[in-house]
Amino acid sequence: MAVTTAERTAPVATKRKKNAFSDGQGALAAMLLAPTMLVLLLVAGIPIIMSVTESFFRTNDRIDPQTGLVQTGTNFVGFQNFTDIFAHPATVVGVYGSMDRLVNSFINTTLFTVVCVILETVLGVSMALIMAKAFRGRGLVRASILVPWAIPTIVSAMMWKLIFNTSGVANKVLGLTNNPILWLADNKYSQISIIVADVWKTAPFIGLLTLAGLQTIPAEVYEAARVDGANAWQTFVRITLPMVKPALVVAVLFRTLDTLRMFDLPYGMIGANKYSVETLSMFAYQETMQTRYGPAAAYSIILFFYIVLVAFLFVKLLGADVVGDEELKAVNAQRKRMKALHQQQAKAAGRVRTNVTSGSAAS
Amino acid sequence: MASKNQLARLTLSVLSATALLATAACGSSSGAAGASASASTDEWSKTGPINYVQGKDTSGYVQGILDKWNALHPDQKVTLVELSESADEQRAAMIKNAESKGASNYDVLSVDVVWTAEFAANGYLAQLPSSLDTSGYLKAAVDSGTYFNKLYAFPSTSDGALLYYRKDLLDAAGLQVPKTWSDMKAACAKIKTTNPSIDCYGGQFQKYEGLTCNFAEMVNSAGGQFLSSDGKPTVNTPQAVAGVQWAVDAFKDGTIPKAALTWKEEESRKAFQDGNLVFLRNWPYVYTLAQKTDGSSKVAGKFGVAPIPGLNGPGVSTLGGHNMGISKYSQNKGTALAFLKWYNSPENQKSNTLANSSAPTWTALYTDPELTSKFAYLPVLKASIDNAQARPKAVKYGDVTLAIQDAAYNALNGTAAPKAAMDDLQTKLQALVK
Repeated sequence: MAVTTAERTAPVATKRKKNAFSDGQGALAAMLLAPTMLVLLLVAGIPIIMSVTESFFRTNDRIDPQTGLVQTGTNFVGFQNFTDIFAHPATVVGVYGSMDRLVNSFINTTLFTVVCVILETVLGVSMALIMAKAFRGRGLVRASILVPWAIPTIVSAMMWKLIFNTSGVANKVLGLTNNPILWLADNKYSQISIIVADVWKTAPFIGLLTLAGLQTIPAEVYEAARVDGANAWQTFVRITLPMVKPALVVAVLFRTLDTLRMFDLPYGMIGANKYSVETLSMFAYQETMQTRYGPAAAYSIILFFYIVLVAFLFVKLLGADVVGDEELKAVNAQRKRMKALHQQQAKAAGRVRTNVTSGSAAS
Repeated sequence: MASKNQLARLTLSVLSATALLATAACGSSSGAAGASASASTDEWSKTGPINYVQGKDTSGYVQGILDKWNALHPDQKVTLVELSESADEQRAAMIKNAESKGASNYDVLSVDVVWTAEFAANGYLAQLPSSLDTSGYLKAAVDSGTYFNKLYAFPSTSDGALLYYRKDLLDAAGLQVPKTWSDMKAACAKIKTTNPSIDCYGGQFQKYEGLTCNFAEMVNSAGGQFLSSDGKPTVNTPQAVAGVQWAVDAFKDGTIPKAALTWKEEESRKAFQDGNLVFLRNWPYVYTLAQKTDGSSKVAGKFGVAPIPGLNGPGVSTLGGHNMGISKYSQNKGTALAFLKWYNSPENQKSNTLANSSAPTWTALYTDPELTSKFAYLPVLKASIDNAQARPKAVKYGDVTLAIQDAAYNALNGTAAPKAAMDDLQTKLQALVK
């Protein structure tokens, strides 16, 4: 009981302390933050608001049958740009059969994100484990692992395009020179080629961030594990993974958000209007190219909300700590410890009770 | 401690003030845009410096021509504005200029033949004065710059498909150049008995504008048509489906290698130059490159050109090329018009052809002795262009060409039967072309 009181009073005490010393600082803080807020408003707030407004309009496209000229101006259409996805689907045939183009690109985006991020995480963590080891030529290994990350995406797209060419290296390595796979056409193999290229390029990113996390784990912990006779797998699962988790979760979150708006790799490698690899941002871009700005804005907003939702779930479910506020972290950790303590106490109490019931059942 | 804090605060406030000023500066810089364009009759007499806008000038030839003009007209200088190499991005930049009422100051535009309808209908291009004389220019090229019987873009370069064939292999087998698809297949069968590894026919079947061109040729060469003479879609007629069927069968029986589904112009050119193809459908630019004796081409001196084959006779090429239009928002339309006329004059077209082996639009050049001795393919190209069909003139051309590519790709991939694919295309075109 005494514990809970202490826990409750602790934050209140800090608050009061803050207030006591903050006379006039609130105004100063607002003043100092104002420029940042203004910049944010200019570069993020206003464009988002403009996109949202744009998504409620549609450009006139009626042609005058006498002169052949298109009427000018835009019409307010409400939510029609969104509802038309279901009311008037633009059916295309991708890998998953014929369906609306937006739904198709939505599935592609999700598929790429899930598959790529899982593969990248596995590979990235393995890379980090290798890079963290001390051995001869470690610098060389670290540098070579990081090379793919340093190459601009569009350049790596061109490179993989050469590799996956019909008469390219991929078909030669797989021994398919006589009956080649058409990686760069528009089929399920195109999806595989995109996944391979994306994993190759961005696994080092996860590797790099995980390596940073690994280096914060003190050697003593491993020493203790060795003394206790833990094997390599136990050390990895019980020590490395939990301790590297904060860094890893942030890396995975960044990669997920990045992959959700994938554009340049499929666009550069496979091309526009290829439904097997078309992502949401590619589709929105294609709509802009056809001067349909309203629907394009609507699709971008759908992508925006999708990304926001995924980011929110990440932070809530996996506890991704993006901001890294030390004080908040400390408070949360303290709260967690107290909770664990409580549970332990409750469990201990419960165990006694269980014993009693089992005893009564036996008798 | 306190003084240190104060110092930090002072630094911070100075920094934030700077940031504030910087943002203010950013905000005010985008003020002077959007010049008004008044539609008066004496618009066409206004002279002054102008910008000529086109895709990347890869040969460096255009700047030389502009220097010539600038020397002649020092008070009406023309500046070259080079856009991306990608046609889609060129189009996007030109649309952006028009939608911002001429903010990019584009005056004379080099427009692809398939953009004419969209640019004219949306008022991106000024209607050219009816006094402009187009006699002597290729009829098909003039028509490609015309929308609703009004000229919006002046013929500048043209393009038509050619059939490149391996003369050495045909001669060795004692064969004539095929005029029909079945002749071509028979010729390949005979050549393959001595050259088993060679593929028969190649074109551009990757999903992009080139597929639209190739697919249109299949349909037109079998007697089909995309649009009837009154502009109604007619893509599911038996003739059109027969053309598609031939292409589908050619992929199935290996007449066209599977790999061609990933080929654009360059990939198919490479296959031909490496000696992997007996026949290639491509544009005239390949001629000079395949003739190179620096080792890049294994077929130099071993090939010839002919009109493309068809189902029952010579095939029908797709018309390509670029025309020159004048932005509606151009401030100096007088200079723009004079420059447009001068740039596309017979003399300049001749030097352009000599420098770039492009297809001229001035008809007489196709029989010019100096040109024909250098470019032996010119008479064949003339025949190809004379017989060529334009792609559908549609304001929503982007949607039209994508619908065509979808149908073509589904049919060639085998995901849809030819008839079903063309029925689907017919429905889509009926909604798009009205």
